[in-house]
Amino acid sequence: MNILVCISNVPDTTTRIKYTTDQKEVDYSGVQWIINPWDELALTRAIELKEANPALIQKITAITVGKADAEPTLRKALACGADDAIRVDASGVDSFYTASQLTNAIKDESFDLILCGIESSDFNGAAVGGMLAELLDWPSVSAVSSVNIENESVKVTREIDGGKQLMETGTPSVLIVQKGIALNPRIPSMRGIMTARTKQLKVVPAVEAAAQSHILTFAAPPQKSACKIIDAENLDELARLLHTEARVI
Amino acid sequence: MSVLVYIENRNGKFKKSTYELVSYGSRLAELLGVGLNILSIGNVADDELKSLGKYGASHVHRLAADMSLDDKSFASIISGLAAQTSAKVVVMAHNLTGKAIAPRVAIRLKAGMVSAVNGLPVLVSPFVVNKKSFSGKSLVQIEISSAIKVITLSQNTAGMVEKPSNVIVEDLPAVSIYPATRVLSTEVQSGKVLLSEADVVVSGGRGMRSPENWKPLEELAEVLGAATACSRPVSDEGWRPHHEHVGQTGKVVAPNLYFALGISGAIQHLAGISSSKVIVAVNKDPEAPIFTAADYGVIGDLQVVLPKMTEAFKKLKSGN
Ligand SMILES: Cc1cc2nc3c(=O)[nH]c(=O)nc-3n(C[C@H](O)[C@H](O)[C@H](O)COP(=O)(O)OP(=O)(O)OC[C@H]3O[C@@H](n4cnc5c(N)ncnc54)[C@H](O)[C@@H]3O)c2cc1C
Repeated sequence: MNILVCISNVPDTTTRIKYTTDQKEVDYSGVQWIINPWDELALTRAIELKEANPALIQKITAITVGKADAEPTLRKALACGADDAIRVDASGVDSFYTASQLTNAIKDESFDLILCGIESSDFNGAAVGGMLAELLDWPSVSAVSSVNIENESVKVTREIDGGKQLMETGTPSVLIVQKGIALNPRIPSMRGIMTARTKQLKVVPAVEAAAQSHILTFAAPPQKSACKIIDAENLDELARLLHTEARVI
Repeated sequence: MSVLVYIENRNGKFKKSTYELVSYGSRLAELLGVGLNILSIGNVADDELKSLGKYGASHVHRLAADMSLDDKSFASIISGLAAQTSAKVVVMAHNLTGKAIAPRVAIRLKAGMVSAVNGLPVLVSPFVVNKKSFSGKSLVQIEISSAIKVITLSQNTAGMVEKPSNVIVEDLPAVSIYPATRVLSTEVQSGKVLLSEADVVVSGGRGMRSPENWKPLEELAEVLGAATACSRPVSDEGWRPHHEHVGQTGKVVAPNLYFALGISGAIQHLAGISSSKVIVAVNKDPEAPIFTAADYGVIGDLQVVLPKMTEAFKKLKSGN
């Protein structure tokens, strides 16, 4: 069984977002890049599954759509334990563009399972995994919080509104994963970092795909007004303000 | 031409978020000068469907199918009706279902998709919508250029406007489906207010100190009819279940009132709560960053403050 993990290269979650002066683009100067948090958990779980059953899972491939500056993030995925990596040489425009590039890049490969994070922490699109599944015409399960593989049967837990479900899917399938899938993300070992340098990182050219949405402008969210401090000895005042001033209770 | 809104039910009943979605669809259709179609899948009685008329629904399509459809089948039903009704815009909620299915619908309809849209479009021609990006740190305006558009709406961003209409319910013919994924078992969280639907959320962080201390927090939630939530370390430690984890890597919530109790206010936590209307923070550290995000703050030890706060709200609720 071969597993593909889709990786988005995103700014560190603590990054302060700055824009170019015309507010039309993000100014990425000085940004630290990381593996998108959900993708990092997906990769971690794939590695755990392979370690638990190396006879069943032959290979884990990490893929990203990005220019050469995304390679350190892919190398990190290799250092964590992915066996090889693919970079589609394109800058993402929208979810459709990204999903189209991924679909094209793997059309001649044979993957049994694709793991995608439920969203990326930069543009919060929450769409690439579902689009990829539809473009490939594969089944998918979303909001997956655990994965186990028994023979050819893939058992997953997915969150539903107000509960959870144990599900079964076959191969091939796309699993769109969230919190819970793995507890702590894998941190590359020294040896992992050394071997990552020799692992294959294939660069695939982009294909023509028309993006269907474009960001016009960025803006900072409105500033909050100052916090009203209420005396801890006078909590009736808090209740009163929430009732009469904020009118939320 | 029309706007198609897909709505969900829970045990045959609609929630506030459903009416919000219908009201949104109705106003969007008016802006575009087209009709409105609603699709409901599952066993929902006529009366419940007719209640949607209060917010402008006039034509409701009901597919009385089993809800345990797989994502592909759901997408094929929704895109099928969208094609049949010449939908220009398909609207779904930005929740677990919307995230799972809207992208598939978009591909089927060759539509551009934007998720987690805030409120009505800024412009309809060209079609420009607002959304948050970088987990709430940035606001963006996005143009969708395709002829058909798919959007998912962030909860509590559009409000509800009454527009009484007569509802016609039309039953769609049953479909035969060969699901590729199978539900083996379902575990339903019983009795409690759902985090995704709550108007008030009471959330605890590491400052709560231990899982045993959640009892007073639950009491406060009970008094306010609130859902309970927590910060990430709290769920990582197993003090609280994962589904309560709020923040960048957990749930994004947008209640009217959010209590952050013993939560420092890390940027990743704020990412999940910044759309709340009012935030109340209790923390013993006056320098805690949560106070820069909060509207009301109490500086003090939760062991002491929490029970007193519950008493104060009890008093308010009982009207003295
Ligand atoms: C990639 C990434 C993603 C993340 N995603 C999330 C996420 O989704 N959600 C999330 O919450 N975090 C997330 N985090 C973690 C985040 O950075 C913080 O570590 C976390 O939010 C801190 O949780 P906390 O506020 O409960 O704990 P702490 O930061 O430890 O804060 C505890 C607070 O309680 C106060 N306190 C202590 N005792 C008392 C008392 N007796 N009375 C009153 N106050 C008291 C303290 O003053 C302190 O402010 C993420 C981190 C990373 C790197």
